[in-house]
Amino acid sequence: MDISSLKNTAQGTEDGKEETTQYIVVGLGSENYGINIRYVDNIVRMQRITRVPKMPNYLIGIINLRGEVLPVVSLRLKMGLETDVYEKSTRIIILKTENEGKMGVIVDNVREVVTLGSSQVDKVDYDLKSEGKNFVTSVGKRENGELVSILDLNFITLEENTQ
Amino acid sequence: MDVSQYLDIFLDETKEHLQSLSDQIMKLESDSEDMNTINEIFRAAHSLKGMAGTMGYKRMQNLTHDMENVFSEVRNGNLKVQPAMIDVLFACLDALDEYTQNIQNTADEGTNDNEPLIKRLNDLLQGGNNSAPAEQKKEETKAEPPASADSGSGSGAEKWNDIHLDDAQIHVIQEARKQGMECFGINVVVQDSCLLKAARAFLVFKAIEEKGEIIVSNPSAQDVEDERFDKDFTLLVVSTSSLDDVIKAAQNVSEIASVTGAVIDLEKTKDYKPKEETPAAGPAAAASAAPAAAASAAKNTADKKPAENKQVVKRTVRVDIEKLDVLMNLVSELIIAKNSLVSATGQVQAGAGVGEHIEYLERVTTSLHESVMKVRMVPIESVVNKFPRMIRDLSKKLDKKMELYMTGEGTELDRTVVDEIGDPLMHLLRNSADHGLESAEVRAQRGKPPVGSIFLDAYQDGNNVVIEVRDDGNGIDTEAVKAKALERGVITPDQAAVMTDKEIIDLLFLPSFSTAKKVTDVSGRGVGLDVVKSKIESLSGEVEVKSQLGVGSTWTIRLPLTLAIIQSLMVNVGGEKYAISLGSIQSLESIAPSEVKLVQNKEVIYLRGSVLPLIRMDQVLDVKSIRGPEEEITVVIVKKGDKMAGLVIDELLGQLEIVIKPLGKYIKQCKFISGATILGDGEVALILDTNALI
Repeated sequence: MDISSLKNTAQGTEDGKEETTQYIVVGLGSENYGINIRYVDNIVRMQRITRVPKMPNYLIGIINLRGEVLPVVSLRLKMGLETDVYEKSTRIIILKTENEGKMGVIVDNVREVVTLGSSQVDKVDYDLKSEGKNFVTSVGKRENGELVSILDLNFITLEENTQ
Repeated sequence: MDVSQYLDIFLDETKEHLQSLSDQIMKLESDSEDMNTINEIFRAAHSLKGMAGTMGYKRMQNLTHDMENVFSEVRNGNLKVQPAMIDVLFACLDALDEYTQNIQNTADEGTNDNEPLIKRLNDLLQGGNNSAPAEQKKEETKAEPPASADSGSGSGAEKWNDIHLDDAQIHVIQEARKQGMECFGINVVVQDSCLLKAARAFLVFKAIEEKGEIIVSNPSAQDVEDERFDKDFTLLVVSTSSLDDVIKAAQNVSEIASVTGAVIDLEKTKDYKPKEETPAAGPAAAASAAPAAAASAAKNTADKKPAENKQVVKRTVRVDIEKLDVLMNLVSELIIAKNSLVSATGQVQAGAGVGEHIEYLERVTTSLHESVMKVRMVPIESVVNKFPRMIRDLSKKLDKKMELYMTGEGTELDRTVVDEIGDPLMHLLRNSADHGLESAEVRAQRGKPPVGSIFLDAYQDGNNVVIEVRDDGNGIDTEAVKAKALERGVITPDQAAVMTDKEIIDLLFLPSFSTAKKVTDVSGRGVGLDVVKSKIESLSGEVEVKSQLGVGSTWTIRLPLTLAIIQSLMVNVGGEKYAISLGSIQSLESIAPSEVKLVQNKEVIYLRGSVLPLIRMDQVLDVKSIRGPEEEITVVIVKKGDKMAGLVIDELLGQLEIVIKPLGKYIKQCKFISGATILGDGEVALILDTNALI
């Protein structure tokens, strides 16, 4: 239901009734990642984060989003990249998840919103997934040839209790 | 039919009905003749049955159905209320409660058929008719339904003639006739098994209205809608359709047993219009109508009284707690906004005008806050009204006579507190009943009334709500407690010699401490009082006991009015701000590093005669203290029950009223953080749970 309401009609005129989904493209280092827009509640600028002791390193802390206290996770640390350097372009994407409520993820920057038809999105094949942490469900090919890795929301929201 | 969306409503209403049943049966026990009570019980049981049936809970429906049978016999005077019956009824209530619990937890009623209970109910039904004259009665009652059904169908054909018509209605019928329409009398009989009679009747009304116009209905449309009819209702319809069409339309509605009808002979009815009934059908109809009228009159009076009662019941609106939370969030935001305004003006040294506005804002936010908090408040009634029943059961089980007196059931507490307070109170009451009250012989010796009294008083005291559980029993035998503690090795003989009575009584709150000489299933396993204490403390409350040997004891529970907003002490640890609830703080101390001693390699301080362990908060919180090792340390002395500890912090920041926010589901592991709060500048500070630290 959500997806159908997000159908981009402009896109739809091009090739009939293909289902399309919008993704927010965020930058992390040199790569682009797409987040399904229906999980995105809000995008806010970097703000003061209160550290919570005894938490895994990727769980940066908690922020105040209009009177609501939300946990914030670093995508970089979660993916095993180097620590975030907070810059002017750094953003916190507020995701609304079904199981864990709202939470924020820190990204280097937010680039654009793309609309991809289902034929443009390929599931990641098994080999790529099996090596190490897999946090990408599929890869979208844009018309200009750029590739967008579509993030697996479960990966972000799932807690690692191994710590 | 998918009924899951009604589950919440079903549960709420079922609980209400069960509570009302419980109350009324208690009443019935003391006054077995009160027809009002019996009617009320019958109604509640009937609604329960209907609701359970609609939701598809067959077992629950069966049980309530059999209960209803018993009530119905009582109502008809065929069965007398006796103690055994009350016991069975209470057992049924417990079984129903169990179903409800199952439904609440799993959306399924479970598989317990409760056949023994149903059998006992049926035994009751038969038992009431055991004696010879009663046997006849039984036959009568057996014979009655078919007889009445016969007369129903027999006189059913004439029932529409019994309807009283006023001039206007007659006029309508005449006019309709002139326009070529016919007037039919229709009698609709609903199936016995039909649960939603009103709904079926409504469908019949609708179906008939498609064919023509309903001029008169007996009972009135309003009564039919409110389900105030037995099995059938009669309509006068003007229609252009044929009689068969109208009857068919009504028959198409499911769960309708029969529909009969005929063309009304208006001329006849008109002749007799001054009279209530139309004897056109002859004496037979009149005879059958008279008792019917009497019955309906009786029914009316019976109906009226509960109706009056109903208006006394407070009208409430069920509000989704989420909506309240949103409101609460908004209010806390407003408070934050106010706080930041206050701090901003402090910096700017603004003129007097701004100050006034801020004062106004402060007033508004305070009252808004209060009113929102009030919405969250519910009377403790919902918890305590199950206690009279419990005491009654205990009285039987322990074979002691006792009476529970309650006051202040209307005292309000935060919803979350009310939900939690039930168990501790139950423990205390059981405790009073079992340990407190003496046996009848002892009471007689001491010159006390044979019936023991337990009091449950609730009242508001400033920002606290106080709940007292009092009994006129034996009181706490401190010597016995002391002996038990020595025997268990909880205290040494030296300690015992110097302990005050109060200290000895406090021993009762230790885990696995019971002075009961024998373990009953009521109490005595020693899991009671320490649970009470920890539960009350987890609600930021406290419990204390006053007792006089031979006279009785009083247990006092003191609870904060609300949990969402607390007074706190803000502290700085390694540059981070933390809040500590003021309620758990004993004192603040400044201590030289040299006074910190080591005991078993753990840091302690010696303060006013007691040795307190030190907890270095910088280590607990994984931060680096901003103080040098030579500087004096600031220690916050916190208490958890009897235990105390010193928390070493870097800096005191001052007192602040804070709004507690949950950390969200994602952050689960942190034990000693109980929540977060938003400070005036928008920054988030964590709240330390000192209970988890000690």
